Amino acid sequence: MRVPLSWLRQYVDVDLPAQELAHRLTMAGIEVGEVEVIGGWNEVFVGHVTYVHPHPNADRLRLCVVTTGSEELEVVCGAPNVASGQKICFAKVGANIYNTHSERHETLEAAKIRGVESQGMICSAIELGLGDDHSRIIVLPDDAPTGALLDDYLGDTVLDLELTPNRLDCLSVLGVAHEVAALTGKTVREPEASYEESGAPITEKVNISVASPELCHRYTASLLLGVKIGPSPQWLQDRLTRAGLRPINNVVDVTNFVMLEYNQPLHSFDYDLIKNATVIVRRARPGEALTTLDGVERKLTPENLVIADANDPIGLGGVIGGSNSEISDSTVNVLLESATFDGTNNRATAQTLGLRTEATLRFEKGLRPELAPIALRRATGLIQEVAGGTVAPGIVDVLSDEGADPPVVILTSGKIKRMLGMEVDLKRVRETMDALGFTWELEGDAALKVTVPYWRNDVNIEEDLVEEVVRTIGYQSVPTTMLSSPIPFQQPVPVMGLRDQIKDVLAAVGIQEVINYPLVTLQQLEQVEHLDKSALPLRVANPMSSDREYLRTTLRASLLATLASNQGHSAGPFRMFEAGRVFWPRNGDLPEERETVAGVLAGLRHEPSWLEDDSLLDFYDAKGVVESVLDRLGVTATYEPVDDPAFHPGRCAAIKSRDALLGLVGEVHPVVMERLGLESPQVAAFELYLGPILAALPSSQQQFEPLPRYPSATRDLALVMPSDVDAGRVTQLILRHRGVDRAELFDIYAGENIAEGTKSLAFHVYFQARDRTLTNEEVNRSLDGLLRILEKELNVTLRA
Amino acid sequence: MTEPSAQPPTAQSIEEIVRSATAELDSLENLEAVDQWRVSYLGRRGELTTVLRSLSSLDVDQRRTIGASANEAKNTLEECLEERVRKINGAALIRSASQGRMDVTLPGRPALEGRLHPTTQIVREICSAFTAMGFGVVEGPEVEWDHYNFEMLNIPKGHPARDMWNTLWVDYEDPAGEQAMLLRTHTSPMQARVMEGQEPPIRVVVPGKCYRYEATDATHEWHFYQVEGLAVGEGITFADLKGTLYEFARRMFGEERQIRFRCDYFPFVEPGVDMSIDCFACNGEGDGCRICRDSGWIEIMGAGMIHPKVLEGVGYDTEKYTGFAFGMGPERIAMLKYGIDDIRHFYANDLRFLRQF
Repeated sequence: MRVPLSWLRQYVDVDLPAQELAHRLTMAGIEVGEVEVIGGWNEVFVGHVTYVHPHPNADRLRLCVVTTGSEELEVVCGAPNVASGQKICFAKVGANIYNTHSERHETLEAAKIRGVESQGMICSAIELGLGDDHSRIIVLPDDAPTGALLDDYLGDTVLDLELTPNRLDCLSVLGVAHEVAALTGKTVREPEASYEESGAPITEKVNISVASPELCHRYTASLLLGVKIGPSPQWLQDRLTRAGLRPINNVVDVTNFVMLEYNQPLHSFDYDLIKNATVIVRRARPGEALTTLDGVERKLTPENLVIADANDPIGLGGVIGGSNSEISDSTVNVLLESATFDGTNNRATAQTLGLRTEATLRFEKGLRPELAPIALRRATGLIQEVAGGTVAPGIVDVLSDEGADPPVVILTSGKIKRMLGMEVDLKRVRETMDALGFTWELEGDAALKVTVPYWRNDVNIEEDLVEEVVRTIGYQSVPTTMLSSPIPFQQPVPVMGLRDQIKDVLAAVGIQEVINYPLVTLQQLEQVEHLDKSALPLRVANPMSSDREYLRTTLRASLLATLASNQGHSAGPFRMFEAGRVFWPRNGDLPEERETVAGVLAGLRHEPSWLEDDSLLDFYDAKGVVESVLDRLGVTATYEPVDDPAFHPGRCAAIKSRDALLGLVGEVHPVVMERLGLESPQVAAFELYLGPILAALPSSQQQFEPLPRYPSATRDLALVMPSDVDAGRVTQLILRHRGVDRAELFDIYAGENIAEGTKSLAFHVYFQARDRTLTNEEVNRSLDGLLRILEKELNVTLRA
Repeated sequence: MTEPSAQPPTAQSIEEIVRSATAELDSLENLEAVDQWRVSYLGRRGELTTVLRSLSSLDVDQRRTIGASANEAKNTLEECLEERVRKINGAALIRSASQGRMDVTLPGRPALEGRLHPTTQIVREICSAFTAMGFGVVEGPEVEWDHYNFEMLNIPKGHPARDMWNTLWVDYEDPAGEQAMLLRTHTSPMQARVMEGQEPPIRVVVPGKCYRYEATDATHEWHFYQVEGLAVGEGITFADLKGTLYEFARRMFGEERQIRFRCDYFPFVEPGVDMSIDCFACNGEGDGCRICRDSGWIEIMGAGMIHPKVLEGVGYDTEKYTGFAFGMGPERIAMLKYGIDDIRHFYANDLRFLRQF
């Protein structure tokens, strides 16, 4: 909403600087986004055209003599409407105006036009930034003071309001005037609406009925006969232009002016185009259509409210008029409508038809019915003033019961104290109400019975009035206290704690956290996991773009894409993880949001350095990370070879605790890497599922284990076994053996000196007893037993 | 070195051996010479050993006195030997250390480094400021019902205030044929969920992701985080809201911070406000400040007293309970704190950006 101060001053005195006024309004909830200054033209004056001669060298140009009172200057003018005796906007050399050729604001210079020197310029709207018209010069009123600086005469300041949806009232200049008055201690001057009536009363000339009162709470109308359609006077055009609307003709301009003044949208029909002089406010019939003022034919349904004549719709109630009853240059008689339409229905119609008009912006928020006749009378008077004609006596006023009475709200001192934590003197409250235009009666000695003024639709309950009080007296007057209510017990949320812990471990072992969008394409998901066609991921109904359409069911896709995009910048190392949710559809319910942590490792193992080798990150780096995490959590896991479509065959392990799958670790399938444009020879990745991990956490608090008091004994074992025996199984057997405390795998060998189809694993095995130092014999006995078991279970033998 | 004496040893001759041996030892500079010295005095045929061996030719009395001094002499020489070896070794270490210069200007061996995403860091910082004031931390679903995202927050269907939240809808219709599922547009639906699940007193903050159907630019993301806050109980007032948020502002932005409220509108609070802090970059001076754009103040969050319709919606007695709610954008706070000029950096996941925090 654009509010020119020149217009605002029509209703309220403004003696604050514009910036200060903007600040006060903003603090009170009417945010001023920008304070725009119109003017700054400098050397532009009100000029008087004293002579107009033909240009000697051009048919279309004229030579004009312009006086500014102190000097007479000769200028060339190409506008068809220039005439002797006019008051005009005269730009002298040095003026700062818009140049339509360079499309920039420039300083005006003297110029020769077709051989004749022009000592300035007579301006059209576009040069002064007052409109788009550059075919005609601006003609000022005859009483414009010759020689006055145009900055003084026409300059203005416009407050550009960024309104919240509740403050409908401030979509009007009068509404803003009420705010300004309340905030600065002034009073509002309401405009007058007076006009003369003559001839037959309106009720004899038009027959109006409301068939759908649930959608039209009030319908008022007046009739003007014998008007002359033409351009509006300059003051009216200026008002509209500065507020951001385009002037059309005098009748339509008045309806727009009163809408901006009072907030009430009005509509004017060509009376002679209304069949049988009958207006029916009703729901559209199935199959009915209307060509609206924008030239589009709209198919209507009974959900749409129309204004119809005896036969057909002539307007879409509260949204837009019909072209079949439009005001044109030949219009003589005007039926003027000022109605209160139902907000919800109005908004629905506007949305289904894709038509957001100035009218719907207001109706959808629920205008008060008291406003309709006030605005009708104001507009009727103004039309008579600018377009002439006679007004048929009386108005039509069809009022449904709904919402006819203004809201009355009881405001108590107790409520104010309970909400704000401070007392506000009732006298102060009454002053606030007065300033804002609310009327009140005393209810006992600690309460007011408050009636809400017709321009406010946002005040309905006591809390709303408390806000009116506090925003007027200022929030700084409320004390600052700490909560004194009891502190509730906060039940910890285990999965959040687990996620934080995992994130901390991952960062500590050198992995960078990333956060990706959870919306991806179906193709991205298909590339990295098997999708069940009967249970596709959730889709967004109105995606912003096709690459953000499906809710991810895995973190893999976006994580690998992030890896690919980073590979352009360096050679690694790339060590990244994401902790986020994946979304699994559930029939008829919100999806299951599974907490997942996934990571990728690729590129150089170390930061490039003169010290380090250039080895690459691989499966075992990822597995080491997973082991660190699970070790920190106290979860004992096993790793079993598994197949997964995203992972390299033979290089993927399921991370398990008993039968529960805690996650996967592996190297990404070369085909997937190629599809995603991943450049490293290998990309290692892991996924951890927080739900199962939470279930696998040790149920009891980790307990202290005494440090061993006796030395352990070490034996190095070089074991030979068939190639397909997994090291994990051998290690498990060793660790389970009685007397063994821990085992370290320190070498793996296959090749010369051992039989083909076999490999050798070398372990340091540590034997330990809690209560004594083991003797050599005890250790050897245990070792013999271990070797027997290894041979029996896995065909593992000591290397010769 | 003196020839082994054929004469029986005397105390003087032993003393003489010690004197000359220690003098000789003191002049030795390397371990080989010291070892030769050891052989010649303390070795099997060494001078002192020879003396000890010849004690047998003495009578018992002499053997006792001379023997004692000979043993003492042996101990003395052994101690001197040890001392000399230590000195020579020490000198050798110092000498070799002086040869072992490294180029200390070369870069060190890179340690592995991983950091948490700046959003995670800020969210944690925000939450811990509130947990210190007795608030708990909970989370809610990112895919939400219209019911919780709007209806329960006093934003019924068809309400113009819905325009404040451009919504991404999930392709799903409820049995009534209504579009009912969406990506939550704010963390506020957790207000109703938390209140439904328990009776007051309540103090929680709710961090989490939110989504809007919105074109992205330097200050707008369609995918972002919010931290919601909620306190409900008996006797909670706007003054308490002020105090809580003032304390938060000081913890987050420094002890000297001032706060300011202006009227704002959110359908689920009444009165509703917007809180600003005085600019920490220019200390509220404003003029020429890039952070606060000359105003001296920075808007940080929306807040207000919970609307009675919201309390009624979860079945609370509005005569008994009042409460306040607030919500803020951690990315915006991170942008202010770190001077980040474009919100799109956050989820572009360029490691060159993420590693700065």
